[in-house]
Amino acid sequence: MTDIVQQDVAPALPSVFADTATRIRRGAEYLLIPLIALVGAAVLFSLFLLALGKSPVTFYALLWQGGFGTSFSWTNTLVRAAPLIFTALCVAIPARLGLVIIGGEGALVLSGFCAAAIAIPFVTAAAPPFLVLGAMLVVAVAVGALWIGFVGALRHYRGINETIASLLLSYIAIAIMNFFVEGALRDISNPNKPSTMPIGEANMIGDIPGLGVHWGFAVGIVVAIVLWVLMNRTTFGFAARVTGGNVRAARAQGLAVGKLMVISCAIAGACAGLAGFFEVAAIQGRANASLAAGYGFTGILVAFLARHNPIVIVPVAIFLGGIAAAGGLIQRRMGLPDATVQVLMGLIFVVLLVSETLYGRLPFLSSKGASR
Amino acid sequence: MIETELGWLTVPLAMLAGAIRVSTPFLFVSLGECLTEKSGRINLGLEGTLVFGAMTGYATSYHTGSPWLGVLAAGIAGSLFGALHGFICKLPKVNDIAIGIALMLFGTGLAFFFGKPYIQPQAPRLPSIGLGSWSDVPQIRSALDINPLFLVGIVLAIALWWAFKNTRWGLIVRMTGDSAPAARAMGYSVDLVRFLATTAGGFLAGVGGAFLSLSYPGAWTEGLSSGQGLMAVALVIFARWNPLACFGAALLFGAAGALGPALQSVGITQGYYFFNAAPYLLTLFIMIASVSPKRSLKGAPGELSITK
Repeated sequence: MTDIVQQDVAPALPSVFADTATRIRRGAEYLLIPLIALVGAAVLFSLFLLALGKSPVTFYALLWQGGFGTSFSWTNTLVRAAPLIFTALCVAIPARLGLVIIGGEGALVLSGFCAAAIAIPFVTAAAPPFLVLGAMLVVAVAVGALWIGFVGALRHYRGINETIASLLLSYIAIAIMNFFVEGALRDISNPNKPSTMPIGEANMIGDIPGLGVHWGFAVGIVVAIVLWVLMNRTTFGFAARVTGGNVRAARAQGLAVGKLMVISCAIAGACAGLAGFFEVAAIQGRANASLAAGYGFTGILVAFLARHNPIVIVPVAIFLGGIAAAGGLIQRRMGLPDATVQVLMGLIFVVLLVSETLYGRLPFLSSKGASR
Repeated sequence: MIETELGWLTVPLAMLAGAIRVSTPFLFVSLGECLTEKSGRINLGLEGTLVFGAMTGYATSYHTGSPWLGVLAAGIAGSLFGALHGFICKLPKVNDIAIGIALMLFGTGLAFFFGKPYIQPQAPRLPSIGLGSWSDVPQIRSALDINPLFLVGIVLAIALWWAFKNTRWGLIVRMTGDSAPAARAMGYSVDLVRFLATTAGGFLAGVGGAFLSLSYPGAWTEGLSSGQGLMAVALVIFARWNPLACFGAALLFGAAGALGPALQSVGITQGYYFFNAAPYLLTLFIMIASVSPKRSLKGAPGELSITK
């Protein structure tokens, strides 16, 4: 690919050629290096399985079957991909400013819980579904935005490390939910699992016709595209990227770094809030401990694998959603613990970060023109 | 009944007992993290190391019957994680914070993977030393039922504090943390020093994990650690990278962690989950109170990415 383009363009437009070649080389790197990382992780995981006396071939076959093999598994995959898109956006947007936010799980849980809680008076008053869902949506987005926005504010105004603060807030969010779900807001008619009152079948969000996945997935794609435009085609996004590149330079340019940080974090939190909203309004129908299913943490991996590009997040979320969806099948058929998928994802994450070191160092992609 | 005679004293006593018990893992992880950060690197993966150490310790104790072998195995497993972190971080363009998060998820995943068969069986636990045998009050006796690891932790904190100040090794570690160019100019390999510091830090975090599964709470479950490894990072900042202050901070965090169970022991179950969140809230408030964007922190290693 690279060679063809070079030969075509080079003689006519040398300066443009250099630029295009660099861009293609960069693009190839962004595609190739994560792929190398995925293959590397797959090989390492195969060795891990072989060491345990399990067949990697069976494993990957089941992974394919459980994630993408049948229409049923596709549904399963997309249902998991929907929250992953949102939680990955929660990591990716602040990452453009150089912030590492890992508290998406807490924002998801708290938003979902608050949405379920605000629904209770509406449901008891028998309000129409659009009103119930509207209130839930507003509350979920607002709570998420405030929660992660607070992390951004702490970072800027108090200099507190956002990674630690966001994870601490995650634990606090889950404790808040447990406090209410096991106490004041517990649905007494449900003795098995402490939950809030159900929002009711009539108020639940339905599926996208033909896909078997709820509308949250479609909303996720739209939000991803909107945020891509915001981060790549607006002055806000440009300012954010300048801040991420060099905070001092951004300050010297007179950019309101603090405002950018808080707003980006609030947008990120709003995304996590949407994840919580859809988990409650389309899947669970109530808030309980199932909300803390780890989507926030898998979302971190999705964002890093997508290199914090909002649009790339969508396919990556589907990919990792597929791996997560296959977990049950693998557990049943191969007698492996349910944490198997978690090990694979952790391994992918580690290998992916190691592969970062390859940027600009792949021999067949470097050239005299590239300074990096 | 003595229990009723004690009345409100039960709560501070239970908190003291809890502080001693709960603080031990904090102490070990924070000392490990302190050593790592002093060399100029941050390891957020200690949470994963802690959980993996807890699993390894428990499994080893179960199979060999010796909890002390379990502690050793947990330390070795932890040092492997530390070594992995140290090795990866020395590659160019690799972010130590991101690697920490990845190793946190990877370590927890591996621990759950291998730990599945050990959730049910009972492994021999670490014995404790009954320093409270002079007292008739059961609460005091249980409060002073101290695990030897706690005492080891205290000795270690003092030793580290002394070593940082007075030994050649301490100076090398501090120099690497404050200025890599200076260390290089002196002919020391920055990567090697940091690698060793991270490995040793991992060892300590693994031992802290073994305490969790072998002493208190004293069994291997998947919900064993809930952020202790990460809180330890905040604790080190609060302690201003001083091992002795780490000990004090660990006690404080332990007391906060013991608040929920202590209140429960006198029958206050209302808001149990709220009090369980006390350590996280405390960590957050302490960070808000003690960190400022305007001045750099006293004692902070100059090379540390988290304070830059």
